[in-house]
Amino acid sequence: MTESVQSQTLPIEPETAVEFKHRSPWLDVWHQFRSHKGAMAGVSVFTLIVLAVLLGPYIHDIDPQYLDYKSKNQGMSAVHPMGTDNLGRDMFAQVLAGGRTSLAVGVTAMALSLTLGTLVGVMAGFFTRLDGVLMRLTDLFLALPILPLLLVIIMLFRDALRSVFGPEIGIFMLIVFVIGITSWMQTARIVRGEVLALKERELVLAARSIGTRPHRLIFRHIFPNVLSPIMVSATLGVAAAIITESALSFLGLGFPSDFPTWGRLLFDGVPFLNINPARVIWPGLAISLTVLSVNYIGDGLRDAMDPRIRGR
Amino acid sequence: MLKTRTLILATAAVAMFASAAHAARGTDGQLKILYWQAPSILNPFLSGGTKDIHASSLIIEPLAHYDSDGNMVPALAVEIPTVANGGVTKDLKSITWKLKKGVLWSDGSAFTAKDVEFTAAYCLHPEGGCNAAERFQDVTSVEAIDDHTVKISFKVPKPFPYGPFVGSEAPIIQKAQFENCMGAKAPSCTEQNFGTIGTGPFTVAEFKPNDVVLYKMNENYRDPAKPAFDSVLLKGGGDAVSAARAVLETGEFDYAWNLQVEPEILSTMAKAGKGEVLSSFGTSVERLMVQLTNPDPALGDKRATYQGGKNPHPFMSDKAVRRALSMAIDRAILVDAGYGPAGRVTCNVLPAPAIYASTANDWCKTQDIAGANKLLDDAGWKRGSDGVREKGGVQLSLLFQTSTNSVRQGTQALIKQMWAEIGVETELKNISASVFFGGDQSSPDTFQKNFADIEMYTNNFNGTDPENYMLRWTCDKMPSLETQWIGQNMPRYCDPEYDKLAAYLAETASIEERAIIAKKMNDMLIEYGAIIPLIHRGGVAARANSLGGGAYPNVWDATPWNIQNWHRTK
Amino acid sequence: MLRYAVRRLLFAIPTLLVISFIIFALLDLAPSDPTAQLPLTIPEEVREMIKKSLGLGQPFHIRYLKWLEQFMVNEPLNLIEQYWNIQIGDSESRLRVRSWSTRAPVVDLIADRLPQTLSVVGISYIVAILIAVPIGVVSAYKQYSIFDQLGTFISMVGFSVPTFFTGTVLIVIFSVMLGWLPSIYDTTLEVTDVDSFIAQFKQMIMPVMVLGLFNAAQLSRFMRSSMLDNLNQEYVRTARSKGLSEPVVILVHVLRNSMIPVVTVIALGLPSTFAGAIITEQIFRINGVGQLLIGAIEGADIPTVQTVTFIFAILIVLFNLVADLLYGILDPRIRYD
Repeated sequence: MTESVQSQTLPIEPETAVEFKHRSPWLDVWHQFRSHKGAMAGVSVFTLIVLAVLLGPYIHDIDPQYLDYKSKNQGMSAVHPMGTDNLGRDMFAQVLAGGRTSLAVGVTAMALSLTLGTLVGVMAGFFTRLDGVLMRLTDLFLALPILPLLLVIIMLFRDALRSVFGPEIGIFMLIVFVIGITSWMQTARIVRGEVLALKERELVLAARSIGTRPHRLIFRHIFPNVLSPIMVSATLGVAAAIITESALSFLGLGFPSDFPTWGRLLFDGVPFLNINPARVIWPGLAISLTVLSVNYIGDGLRDAMDPRIRGR
Repeated sequence: MLKTRTLILATAAVAMFASAAHAARGTDGQLKILYWQAPSILNPFLSGGTKDIHASSLIIEPLAHYDSDGNMVPALAVEIPTVANGGVTKDLKSITWKLKKGVLWSDGSAFTAKDVEFTAAYCLHPEGGCNAAERFQDVTSVEAIDDHTVKISFKVPKPFPYGPFVGSEAPIIQKAQFENCMGAKAPSCTEQNFGTIGTGPFTVAEFKPNDVVLYKMNENYRDPAKPAFDSVLLKGGGDAVSAARAVLETGEFDYAWNLQVEPEILSTMAKAGKGEVLSSFGTSVERLMVQLTNPDPALGDKRATYQGGKNPHPFMSDKAVRRALSMAIDRAILVDAGYGPAGRVTCNVLPAPAIYASTANDWCKTQDIAGANKLLDDAGWKRGSDGVREKGGVQLSLLFQTSTNSVRQGTQALIKQMWAEIGVETELKNISASVFFGGDQSSPDTFQKNFADIEMYTNNFNGTDPENYMLRWTCDKMPSLETQWIGQNMPRYCDPEYDKLAAYLAETASIEERAIIAKKMNDMLIEYGAIIPLIHRGGVAARANSLGGGAYPNVWDATPWNIQNWHRTK
Repeated sequence: MLRYAVRRLLFAIPTLLVISFIIFALLDLAPSDPTAQLPLTIPEEVREMIKKSLGLGQPFHIRYLKWLEQFMVNEPLNLIEQYWNIQIGDSESRLRVRSWSTRAPVVDLIADRLPQTLSVVGISYIVAILIAVPIGVVSAYKQYSIFDQLGTFISMVGFSVPTFFTGTVLIVIFSVMLGWLPSIYDTTLEVTDVDSFIAQFKQMIMPVMVLGLFNAAQLSRFMRSSMLDNLNQEYVRTARSKGLSEPVVILVHVLRNSMIPVVTVIALGLPSTFAGAIITEQIFRINGVGQLLIGAIEGADIPTVQTVTFIFAILIVLFNLVADLLYGILDPRIRYD
């Protein structure tokens, strides 16, 4: 067993080394992050996309919902840089408007599912007594058929939320909640698996033996070491949330039809593949670019926060 | 007056058998049909949808079919009984069918009047859950006079006695096969429900529920020269766009059913030259149902109910608003964007057959934004600072709901914009079809509840007689908590005058007079603005160029009603 | 380990009962209706009769207990009877779980569809693992190399493009433009000779690739990140300094220790092999379990949805147990007691 060889020599070394060299670990993370080329490229593209969807509508000021029926199914032109759809709506304006919703849904839903997943995963892995209950809960959520669940949630809460927050915010909250609550299980299981393994590693055993309290142990030693699968889940989570939202719209459970999102634009465009390829290329490209840039940011963050790489 | 009435409906007893001198039985190989909804059972009486009725129409037959123009054509009967030929008694309380002789079931046994008698008993069994029960409304008895004569008696005079056993929704099943499957036992007879024995041109060779049916030709079919195909593959599932693609672009299939997709998709695919897009029109109308009562959630149990007229809608109860909403819609654009050859502009909720179609409402055929604006101005609805009209603190801001379907969402968006031009603000909502058209009482989203200001869907009626259809908008058909939300009077329209006409229609026998009454009822609904008709919708299908013999969408009956005539063209 | 496994298995029984109850309650609450697909011309009175004939008139708990008896007692007995060709008690009048839309026993429907799902979705999973593990290992070992960059790029694009899009694009290219592959899966095809085998192979290519690439994208990301974590561990340095050859270090020690998150993803993915891939099956018209499930959900066929989801739940519980046991084998230090 190779593992047993290093058990006496190495447990605390990387941690203490870091503490000695730098007073502010976050500044250090930032320095490391900036030297990661992919991550910086990701940050710039992502910022660009966010700026575009936030400011774009002020520059390209065609109403995304305006139907110019006479100029339907057009290709790219100066007036309509991404062409028009089959009812004469401007695709560029729709992609910009859709981006606001999709990005908001993707990021919020991912954050919700990640928080839930990490919390459940760390708890279950770390506290043996909670493991059984939490993992059975995870099994339950994995087994729940999502569509009927959605129908029930929407039936119960749509009208209430609509009257309190208005139709758009109300539906937004509902969708984020539904996507978040049905996608945390994989993260939870992965994190738990890693924590189970970590718990028996020397650094944790050592920290425990000197009487470190559990919450400190989790934040100091467990959490930084499970960051990497969490980062992967996060980057995949953004894409998954954007796509899930499109599937919901398709089933009539998503946003109202005059409320574009990238996923729905893509879905609505697929039947028109032969007539007007621009209808799938642009929303598809927008989703892919977002997912890619988020992924590179995730890679950079992971590397920057990894104490072993950072030390070098 | 009794002589003429059924004649018109029963004219085309001939026709249709003119096609093939060319082929012998079973020489054209396999026919491949694509349905994007998959058949789940081959017993139409227990089916969950149109697809099952169509899939079983290759196997079992009714006494008479409707052709694609809505004319009755004898199938297992010798002729269509009428008062003129003595088949229908003068008091209109019974009809006697003469059956063809020498017809065999696919297992080789003889088809007799006993089978017809049995089918009625099977469907009328109270525990069977037979979905064709309405066809047997007011039937007091079905008896076999002899082996080839059946007499059906009704409780009341029936000006249109062709409910039972006409059309593929009410075909004849074999007594020997289903004898032990009556009532509560009906669902557990899987073997029978999947392997129905029939008199039709094909029999089941293999059935994978919710996926595919493989038929082989019926060796005992009564016409020795038919069918031309030796087997039929009916594949189900997927979506309408790819179904059209498989016929028009890749040529993998010969016929695809019910292709409700945007017209430019179909026309682009048709350019590949492998097949053509067909459409035919029945009685389906895409319509807006106005909500005349107040749907405010704060009303609790009284929400969207009539309450003796004491619960009017805050603005939809104003006739000027309803009229303006209708005038502002450019129906030609709706047809062009969502329906193409499968739609026509209509101003009637009763658009067909031709003798029932009113022309009194043709003002709606052209959009009139200026007129609509003036109407609203005159009625005191003033534009606010945000461009939305209001009067006495009530804004013309409405919730518009429909079922989920890309064509319907396109129509919604177009209408929203047209209404914006007259100062009406619209919020769109779409609901999954399984909820919207389901009658679940706990759900607020069903079309009966109509918890919105306006809703859109399509409806039609069976056969060619509109009586039951027009009866839907009488006062007692309003859905409410007391009726468990049953009833099709979605607008909550209530006019004693209309109810009187409805009663009068039920007792009138002359077809001309019936037409006059039905038209008048239609005009009342449209004039009042309870229903805003949009589009007269047809059935659309795609057919490969090599398929001949009358394969055509049939909106009055099942599409494969004449499949024995289908054949390959050279 | 054995004690743990037995304890978990015993604990699985009440868990599954609770899950079955929650699913049943959920389906009962859901507002979809089994008569929604009937033509609108059928009046409501007839619809009410149809619902009664489906047993919907009975109270909730009776329906649940009936289902439980049919699924837990009658169906297993029936399976035993069929398998050993014997008769236990009064098998004629024993009620089975019947689908509302086809009126056939649900278990038979599933059995009918399992081969397609297992072959298409199963093979696509194997393809996914075969693609993902090597890509993950190599991109981690040569981090930031061109191979890694390209692998990352392709897998992320693969994950961000939904299957309804890739499936349609493949059909347009290979079926419409080139005419090489069929766009519709022929479920009546039986493999009897070389020709039918080729036909079967041809119709499986597109669905298998669509699903395989989608799953591979996700798996390879987890594989890569987990490998990266382990490559920097001390034991790797130790192993190298002990003079073990590089392939042994990577493929035996690092790979094995990196498998924990990957095993989780695969363990969660395998039950879904059973449930099928709803969208892909729909696009290519494969009559798999996924298509059965989505059709049943749309048609509000509660017995079918309940049974399929419950079998799915059983598999999830089982595979998660297997994953937990695998953790222990991959990393002997993990203890559950």
